[in-house]
Amino acid sequence: MAKTLFDKVWDSHVVRKVKDGPDVFFIDRHFIHEVTSPVAFLGLESRGNSVVYPARTFATADHNTPTINQHLPVADPLSANQLDALENNAKKHGISHWGLGDVNNGIVHVVGPENGITLPGATIVCGDSHTSTHGAFGAIAFGIGTSEVEMVLSTQCIMQPKPKKMRINVNGKLGVGVTAKDVALYIIAKQTTSGATGFFVEYAGDVFEDMTMEGRMTVCNLSIEMGARGGMIAPDAKTFEYLKGRAQTPKGADWDKAMKYWETLYTEEGAEFDVEFNYEASDIEPMITYGTNPGMGIGVTKSIPLAENVEGGVDTYKKSLGYMSFNEGDSMIGKEIDFVFLGSCTNGRIEDFRAFCSIVEGRKKADNVTAWLVPGSHKVVDQIQAEGLDKIITDAGFVLREPGCSACLAMNDDKIPSGKLSVSTSNRNFEGRQGPGSRTLLASPLVAAASAVEGVVTDPRTILNANA
Amino acid sequence: MAYDKFEVLTSTAYPLPTENVDTDQIIPARFLKATERKYFDINFFRDWRFEQDGTPKADFPLNKEIYAGSKILVGGRNFGSGSSREHAAWSVYDFGLRCVISSAFADIFKNNCLNVGVLPVQVSAEFADTLFAAIMADPKAEIKVDLPNQRVTLVATGESESFVINTYKKDNMLNGFDDIDYLKNIENEISAFAETRPF
Repeated sequence: MAKTLFDKVWDSHVVRKVKDGPDVFFIDRHFIHEVTSPVAFLGLESRGNSVVYPARTFATADHNTPTINQHLPVADPLSANQLDALENNAKKHGISHWGLGDVNNGIVHVVGPENGITLPGATIVCGDSHTSTHGAFGAIAFGIGTSEVEMVLSTQCIMQPKPKKMRINVNGKLGVGVTAKDVALYIIAKQTTSGATGFFVEYAGDVFEDMTMEGRMTVCNLSIEMGARGGMIAPDAKTFEYLKGRAQTPKGADWDKAMKYWETLYTEEGAEFDVEFNYEASDIEPMITYGTNPGMGIGVTKSIPLAENVEGGVDTYKKSLGYMSFNEGDSMIGKEIDFVFLGSCTNGRIEDFRAFCSIVEGRKKADNVTAWLVPGSHKVVDQIQAEGLDKIITDAGFVLREPGCSACLAMNDDKIPSGKLSVSTSNRNFEGRQGPGSRTLLASPLVAAASAVEGVVTDPRTILNANA
Repeated sequence: MAYDKFEVLTSTAYPLPTENVDTDQIIPARFLKATERKYFDINFFRDWRFEQDGTPKADFPLNKEIYAGSKILVGGRNFGSGSSREHAAWSVYDFGLRCVISSAFADIFKNNCLNVGVLPVQVSAEFADTLFAAIMADPKAEIKVDLPNQRVTLVATGESESFVINTYKKDNMLNGFDDIDYLKNIENEISAFAETRPF
């Protein structure tokens, strides 16, 4: 029977099937960070277990790290304690550790691919739901809980029922100013925040084939926001080009051998999916969210839907708009904003900074806007400097911060104050996500940049067209 | 982390009909800084239970005296969406709940619940509405969750529905076992498999 990409990778990692139960699923690569791993190590030790394959686990500090003055001791004692726990646990169990200040440090889902740890056909987990990012390389990658982190440390396996299969095809060519983030927000708006629950998604079609690896990572990253366990894209020449020569990718004969395998990683003609959706690139415009889940997104030029036209509970919808202080029928364009956040595992890569700079170059940050520009890793910082983007950023009145998860989840000091409105390139607009009482509009780096210079929600095409 | 066995639970329930309740509401990120499983009961639904100055919000169901001590929460559709933080499932358990009933759960949250001893019971949208209506009419309405027979019943009227759980997870819940016990017992099989992996 014809197999899907997902079947090929999943089935090759099943150690055994449990009767009327989950599969015992082998994990090739395991990322850990300071927030979801300490209790797993406590559990491991209290059971008297050890880490069975320390070389398969990689530790990096990212969730609660400060994004200024990283050379100084971390001031918040609770964060410092978690960072120490990560470092000590890694040291004790022989796990590689990229702590604060390490040249390889950065957001786990940025540094994994950057260093060639992420590989096609691999299974990758991390105690973080945006682990789905790594699916961009044709890996099966998804987020797990702390109990499962302990399972991987102590056995290199987790117990998972095989998800159902969904394919999403987007064909045609994207218009000016429409990015990978917009494609993802469009799909999530169509699917709603729970439409893909129980599924693993394969993205296919012209739009994903044309997309850069960075763009593919953005799309796969957001798979969880429609409830999917993960998303993946078949590896191709672009994937191999990106990986070749990176620090931890196979070299020489091992590379050739790996390539032979990787070239078999595609969905065969006639392979079946449980469900399939088709969208047109030309229907997608720059997107923005208006509510308190990522499924509440619309084209930036559109108005907030009326409650009567929305699927799902009216009370929940009205509660959401109430939190945002928005009204049904409001236009999004022109809403005055207070903050802009560029960064996160969704949009903290070099391409995102290039996009941001393409708008702000020669312009000035609006006075009413506080902007936090947070690269995803030190390697991204280096690239920003190598390309001279740091000068564009500074000249436009912005400041570049140091790498970390930052205001995406506001575990460090980068908290949007209560009531303030933020245009954010991150992944979640949940109530209080960016700080208690904060209000978040999810958007692409282009929309964020255009809004940052205008001080209000702005369609980036107005600036891009003026530039052209 | 060991948990108490789950067999048959009869209890009143907290109603929380809001849809798409995400794990950032169940346990906000700023409370994830513990390196031990502590204080998750206090911070469970922190920003929906308390004002920023710490005053309890009287109209939030988890604060209403009439429901106090309930072991079940009946939640709106797509309960537990968002982050993979197991802290959300810990906070459910540590608050004193053993069962969440909803017409749909987010995958990772559901998995996490099963791993920490909270039974996620998925019912039809109609039955969820029946339960909400019953609790609204009588806050002391009891719900019986029978794991061996995989059945959830509104005690007063006898209305009931079956629910799905795989045999493996069911046995774990009934006995208080977890996956690590299982996996450690097949260590040799796993290490033989690991030898075959190319990277």
